[in-house]
Amino acid sequence: MKVFKAGAAAAVAAVLALTATACGGSSDKASSDGGASGGAKNKIVIGIKFDQPGLGLKTPDGKFTGFDVDVATYVAKELGYQPDQIEFKQAVSAERENLLANGDVKLVVATYTINDKRKAKVDFAGPYFLAHQDLLVRADDTSITKAEDLNKKKLCSVTGSTSAQNVKTKLAPEADLQEFPGYSECLTGLENKAVDALTTDDSILAGYAAQEKNKGKFKLAGLKLSNEPYGIGLKKGDTELQTKVNAALKKMVSDGSWQKAVDANFGPANYKAEPAPQITEGS
Amino acid sequence: MFDFLNSGQYDVLGAFWVTVQLTLYSAVGSLIWGTALAGMRVSPVPLMRAFGTAYVNIVRNIPLTLLVLGCSLGLYQTLSITLGGGTSKEVGFRLAILGLIAYTGTFVCEAIRSGINTVPVGQAEAARALGLSFFQVLTLIVLPQAFRAVIAPLTNVLIALTKNTTVAATIGVAEAALLMKEMLENESDAIFAVFAVFALGFVLLTLPTGLLLGWVAKRVAVKR
Repeated sequence: MKVFKAGAAAAVAAVLALTATACGGSSDKASSDGGASGGAKNKIVIGIKFDQPGLGLKTPDGKFTGFDVDVATYVAKELGYQPDQIEFKQAVSAERENLLANGDVKLVVATYTINDKRKAKVDFAGPYFLAHQDLLVRADDTSITKAEDLNKKKLCSVTGSTSAQNVKTKLAPEADLQEFPGYSECLTGLENKAVDALTTDDSILAGYAAQEKNKGKFKLAGLKLSNEPYGIGLKKGDTELQTKVNAALKKMVSDGSWQKAVDANFGPANYKAEPAPQITEGS
Repeated sequence: MFDFLNSGQYDVLGAFWVTVQLTLYSAVGSLIWGTALAGMRVSPVPLMRAFGTAYVNIVRNIPLTLLVLGCSLGLYQTLSITLGGGTSKEVGFRLAILGLIAYTGTFVCEAIRSGINTVPVGQAEAARALGLSFFQVLTLIVLPQAFRAVIAPLTNVLIALTKNTTVAATIGVAEAALLMKEMLENESDAIFAVFAVFALGFVLLTLPTGLLLGWVAKRVAVKR
């Protein structure tokens, strides 16, 4: 019994110590990452997607590729950070606001559509890209020409995503919508004709269609079902950073790097990207 | 803070109703399948024993997410097996139940087998001496006593099953976890409130189950 009590006390002490260090660690990190000039290491933490080919993708060898990554790297350079000073952090859709609010990341460049609900919690710079909700269909499928056609079709999207909700509430309430955790599962169904179309932003779809293993199998329907202006997320109230990022984005468009990044990342998918959008956020 | 509940945009009760339906159908199915498996595992036929043992040990050790996703990607998307469902909603619901039964059945089987071990061997021997067949010994003498001994462990399996139904969200069954995902996407400024609502929902589902069946277990247990 004595042994047990001593053990329990030790365990409690260990847990307390761990929690204490964990708290200390995170607040340290927040202060060094949060400051624009930063601490001794002088790094910038940027939130991107890790699972979207063409936009933000972590490759098996640990590198990052995609349009969002190129934009993030360019903006970071304008802010005074070399590529080796950038730390990319995964920012899944539901966590983006909290990552910014908690100071875990400085910027979020992750297919982040600007809307009023999000603006209540974070600020945006940009937009730097204009995407539209669209459909990916089998290359030989010509039966879908407008949104209403979807009412008789089997459709696939990602669980809980804005695109899935758009379909349910606005575009085609009678469509047979299947929701999966990721787009890859949808592609299996699309290939095997268990679903007829996959829906989300055209930029994301183009990335999938352009992947080596999918080449020639799928095509974009090109319906432009919604407007999705992608912005760079910033902590609420940081107007100084917002101005700097906007300036960086303007420069990226004017010196041609923007177009080069678009061509490099979306070119293979035969996807006609919109021209660079006007900056609307901030000053 | 909880004003997203009043917006009328989310059918929280409806989503939990799907969770309850998933739980009930899977519970009945896995009780039947688990009992059959337990019968196989104690049967005198070596082939059935081998099948029961192999099935339980293999399926129990496959993650449920893999089983359920396998049902959808393998059976439906690739082989076009729909279990008679028309829309992908129905198909997903039925396939999720299939996966949950396949998985939970193994735990039910092991619980019942432990119950069978509480029945004194003498009872089975006496029944054999009266000339009852194996099937009669099992259904008339052993299982009725075994079930009374394992209500508490089966309750734990049922509670685990209730929570496991959230895995059905991976194949798009519109139950509580899927709605939570949708709400997290839209209401990311109230992320903890959303979590709290769903956590509370599951507590409200499982706590009474545990209390009620715990009471039943005490009442019907065979005092030896």
